[in-house]
Order: sequence, then C-alpha cells, then structure tokens
Amino acid sequence: MPRGSAPRAPVGPVASEAERALLAQAVALHLPDIPAEVPGGSASVLLPILHHIQDALGFVPPALVPGIAAALSLSRAEVHGVLTYYHHFRSAPAGRHVLQICQAEACRANGAEDLMAHAGARLACAPGQTRADGAVTLEPVYCLGLCATGPAALVDGQLRARVSAATVDALAARFEGESS
Amino acid sequence: MSRAMFWLPRDAAALAAGADDVAAALAAAAARRQLPLALLRNGSRGLLWLEPLLEVATPAGRAAFGPLEAGDVDRLVAAGLLDASIATRGLPEALAADPLHRGLTEALPYFARQRRITFARVGLVDPLSLDDYAAHGGWAGLDKALAMTPAAVVGEVVESGLRGRGGAAFPAGLKWKTVAAAPGARKAIVCNADEGDSGTFSDRMLMEGDPYALVEGMAIAAAAVGATYGVIYIRSEYPHAEATLREAIARATAAGHIGAALRGRGPAFRLDVRRGAGSYVCGEETALLESLEGRRGIVRAKPPLPAIHGLFGWPTVINNVITLASVPRILADGAQAYAAFGAGRSRGTLPFQLAGNLKQGGLVELPFGVTLRELLFDFGGGSRSGRPIKAVQVGGPLGPYVPESQWDVPIDYEAYSAVGATVGHGGIVAHDDTANLASLARYAMEFCAIESCGKCTPCRIGSTRGAEVVERLVAAPASQKAAQETLLRDLCDTMVAGSLCAMGGMTPFPVLSALDHYPEDFGLPRLAATGDT
Repeated sequence: MPRGSAPRAPVGPVASEAERALLAQAVALHLPDIPAEVPGGSASVLLPILHHIQDALGFVPPALVPGIAAALSLSRAEVHGVLTYYHHFRSAPAGRHVLQICQAEACRANGAEDLMAHAGARLACAPGQTRADGAVTLEPVYCLGLCATGPAALVDGQLRARVSAATVDALAARFEGESS
Repeated sequence: MSRAMFWLPRDAAALAAGADDVAAALAAAAARRQLPLALLRNGSRGLLWLEPLLEVATPAGRAAFGPLEAGDVDRLVAAGLLDASIATRGLPEALAADPLHRGLTEALPYFARQRRITFARVGLVDPLSLDDYAAHGGWAGLDKALAMTPAAVVGEVVESGLRGRGGAAFPAGLKWKTVAAAPGARKAIVCNADEGDSGTFSDRMLMEGDPYALVEGMAIAAAAVGATYGVIYIRSEYPHAEATLREAIARATAAGHIGAALRGRGPAFRLDVRRGAGSYVCGEETALLESLEGRRGIVRAKPPLPAIHGLFGWPTVINNVITLASVPRILADGAQAYAAFGAGRSRGTLPFQLAGNLKQGGLVELPFGVTLRELLFDFGGGSRSGRPIKAVQVGGPLGPYVPESQWDVPIDYEAYSAVGATVGHGGIVAHDDTANLASLARYAMEFCAIESCGKCTPCRIGSTRGAEVVERLVAAPASQKAAQETLLRDLCDTMVAGSLCAMGGMTPFPVLSALDHYPEDFGLPRLAATGDT
C-alpha cells in the first residue's frame, strides 16, 4: 500500500473475534507439526487447519480465508481453491440435522437410490440442499466403508447400517418433533 | 477365573449396527445383578452380517451371538449369559438354544475356511493393547528387519512377491528398491489410507482392529529405505479408524517402538496422521501427495515417480494399508512362507470384501486363486434379496462388471486381466436381477464427473458427456441406437487412452462391461457371440 493512503475497507464479511481466536489456536497447534527441513512447507498444514476450524464451527467461514492465507504465506486464491475443492469442507453452516445417505455402488445394490428419493420426499428437502427453515440438510455421500451392511448413512455424524425407509421416517419424525 | 469374558467389536460396522447400545444394555444388566462385566471392545471378526457380534469365552473357544440388538440382551442374560460358569463349563442349555447363538466363531465355515495372515489378529486382540500386540507376534518382523541390512529387508519383500494391494498391484519390493537407491537427504513412507472404493473396507477394518500392524509395517519400510518420516493419509469418512490410529501411534511412540529410535535401538522414525477431505481422486498417489502438501488434490503427471520425487520432493514409498500391514508377517515368517500361498504371479493372500446385495457380507482373507463363484455363494450365501445375482463389480467403481460366464475364473491379477476384469483392492459388489446396468453405467460416468480433479480433458469433460450419451443411448429409438453406441465406445476409448490417471482411464471399464455383457439394459440386442448367459 502506498505510504499515506487510507487503509482499504475490508471486502466481504469480517471474521468475528471468536473466529479469529479459533484460527490463531489452529495455527499455533498445527504449524509446529511440519516436519523439519520441509521446503516452504507451511502450506502442508492447510488441511489440518481447515479441519480444526470446521470441527469447531461446523463450517469454515469465508471471512477467515484472508487470515488463513496470511498465516501460511499463501494467497487467498490458494486457500479458497482448497476450501472449495474438497467435498468435506463447508463454507456455510449446514442444517440443524444432517442426513447423509451413501449413494455408491454397494449401497445402490441394496436400494440406496430409492432410499434417497424417499428421504427427499419425507423431509421435503432436495438431495444436496439444506431446507429453507434450516432444520435439515440432506446429502449424498460416496462410501462410508459399511458396504456389507448397506444402505449406510450418517445421521449427525453417527454411522448407521441397514438403513430402511422406516429408519428415515423415524428420523424425520424426530427432526420435526424438535423443530416444532 | 470366575467370570465370563466378553468381546464386542468397536469396528465402525458394528457401531453402525448398534454395538454401543448392546454394550450399554449388557453393562446395565450386569449392574442390576451387581456382577462385574469383563467386556473387551475388539476389532470385527469380519462376519459383518452378524454384527453386532458378541462373543463369550467358553472352554472350547469363543461362542458367537449375533446380530444382536439391545433388546436381545435381557433374554440372553435370563438364559445365563452372565453366568460365571460359562468360562469353565460352557454355555448353559437355554443359552446354547437361543436362535442368535451361532456356535463357536472359529468353527463357523465362513471363518474356518479362511487363511488369515494379514488379518490374523483382527478381532482376536484388544486393538490398542501393546501387550496383546506383542503377545500375538507383534514386532517380530521389525526386530528381524533391524537385525538385517536394509538391502536384505528389501530383498525379502521382493522375494515374497507382495504387490500393491491398493489396486495397482505394482510389486512392493521393486518400489522400495527404487526409493532405497534414490539419492535424498530425507525420505518418506506414505500410507495410502484413502479407501474410497465402494465395496471396500479392509483398510478400515485393519486400522480399527490391528493398528500396530500398520505402524510396524511402515517402520519396516522406513528401516529398509532409510526414511525418517512417515504419514498416514486417511479419508475423512473414517473418523473411528483415524482416532484409533492416532492413539496407537501415541502409545507406540511413548513405549519407544517408533519415534526417536525404532524399538529403542534402530533409526529414528516419526509417524503422523493426516485427514483427507472427501475427495475420491486423492486415493491416486500423486493427488494424495498434493493433498498432503496442502493443495487441491490434482493429479501430477508422471514422471517423476514418487519413488524419486515424492512428498516434499523426497524419495517416497507410497503403499496401501494392506500392503504395509502384510509386511511384518513376511519379515517374521520369511518371504517363502508368504509366497507359498497364491496363484501364478499373485503371491500371498488378499482380504476380499463381500459387499452389496449378499446375504453374508464381510471380510474373507484367502490366497489368490479362489473363484468369484466360491466367494459369492460358499461365503456370501447368495443374494440378500433372494433373487438371482445378475452382475458383480470387482475391484471398485473403476472395475468392470463381471458376468456369470466369468465367475469360475480363478482370481489372480493376471488371470483377471486376461478376461478384461480387475482385482483391484479386492472389493466385490453383487447386484441382483433388479439392477439396471445402463443406469449403473450412467452412474459410473456421473461419479467420475463429480470426483474428477479436472486436470485432464478426457476425464473432466468426457465424464459429463459420457453420462449424457448413456442417457441418449437408452432413450434412442432402435434406428439411432447404433450411432449412440458408437459415440459412447469412441468416448470411452478416448478416456482410456488419454486420461492422466485411473479415474478417467478406468471409468469406462464398468461402462463398457455393462454394454458388452448386458446390452439389453441399454435396449440393444444381445449378440450370440458374447457367449454370456
């Protein structure tokens, strides 16, 4: 910035105090993790830092991207690229409940496609979307490693095997009961 | 010993089926009777259709009960499940007669007919107990390796015939030899635990059930090639395996098996765990390295090979979990003992994973040479739905569908390759006759479009065009089918020949196999010449 010019107003949302503190904590925890003699290796802890933030908040606030970039000597584009490349990372909060149904081959062989359609209708939520009232997010996942006991699902992070339409109905009833 | 000893898996497949609820019910029942409960949370025995599988020690061996629900526990307890006399006198009559009693685990044909080498300890031991590990042959391979020259260790792995179990089947010893000979001040061992193929879960089960076997295998690799740093790249979909590995590494380091000096006397070896983030293509070794270095998982062009220029530019061994976890036994028992199993140039055993629409899904470790028909029916028990099995995908989402005419081919890398099939990571997904292979072919292309890293055009664009062409082919009137089929085959040819890695290069395999063996699902006439039934 040329000397004397006014500081540029930040573009986009600004990270909260708590979010910045979380980032500082993540950096302090993971930066020393880089093995010795790694040439320019600070980028190698980018994924661990993104995981740390998402584990705590449920998503990675885009407002933290400039701070992450600065801490690791990366460009914002590089951080944004990584954040948006990997399916696991969210840039916005998910619904209060997250139902992820495996759609990979082994679960398809046991009716996972129909199960997803049923869940979409029962929860009034399109696959890959969060319902407008924020109550539930319905997503496909591709393999949870439970291929012998499918269809498999993750319900708010908890693994479920042998999921049936009845399982989905019971979950839906539970979700609706909480939101009313 | 005056109380019953129980085992109930902590394996994710058991947890997903409600194992923790069963454990809680058992603990509550014991508390109500003011009885102590000796319950050990083990790895899974691999009889996944019986999970949650509770085992109780009897004089004849462990008796199995499953699949259990929490609601079954009170009935079993009333029949004598918590009786201390089980340990000395066996099961009371009422308990033995329970419909969920399966007999002795190790006498079940599903288990008894296996040849467990890599999975020998899984389900038997407390996964995180260093005492259990040592008592069941742990560290014997590493100790032997440390007493040999590094070149001799590499030689042993070469001689065993061990090939990459991740799917590519590249000779592990040859890879190690290249890294050992490559100049470099620092070298690395990378474990590919990004087990993203649908129908596969052997890596997960090994990491959850016997994590020290992987730690020991990586330590042996490190000693053999002169690496001081190791990292396990594990997919984010495996939080239980990740937690188990982190704890195992912490304990093995604290006890001096790895860390400052291998087994307290060898070279230094630091081992880390890194979590992936839901990208299938990161199972490809160069994309995995990119991810470890903090970038998008974009495939690198080869050469240079990772063995020469790998993680952080260091010469790097990248092997799959099962490859590395097989090494300790190879060193402990000698290369010849391992190479004595198998068929042709496929030596040793493969942990097959029976998945999809099968009655008895699970993990079956056997020497190469078994047939698909044996696996599907003698072990798998046929389809879960009771309908005829129509198609079987072997080797993950990039493997072709194997029609019944090929179910008697002995499974080894070369024999499978000769009929255009792939063994891959040993995943076997069965579909019954309600499956539509045109729909599965379109899904293969759609999955490639979702997961393509985007670096090369045939994969990035071909996958989307492929899904469209399959759809058009199915919808086309008879007069236009031939043109669409030609287009699809041409596109597949371009992807196979022009893609940088297996993602785009193998996605056409399931598509073409569907087209070749199940043309009627696309509305195409079946040609008599294919010989399929």
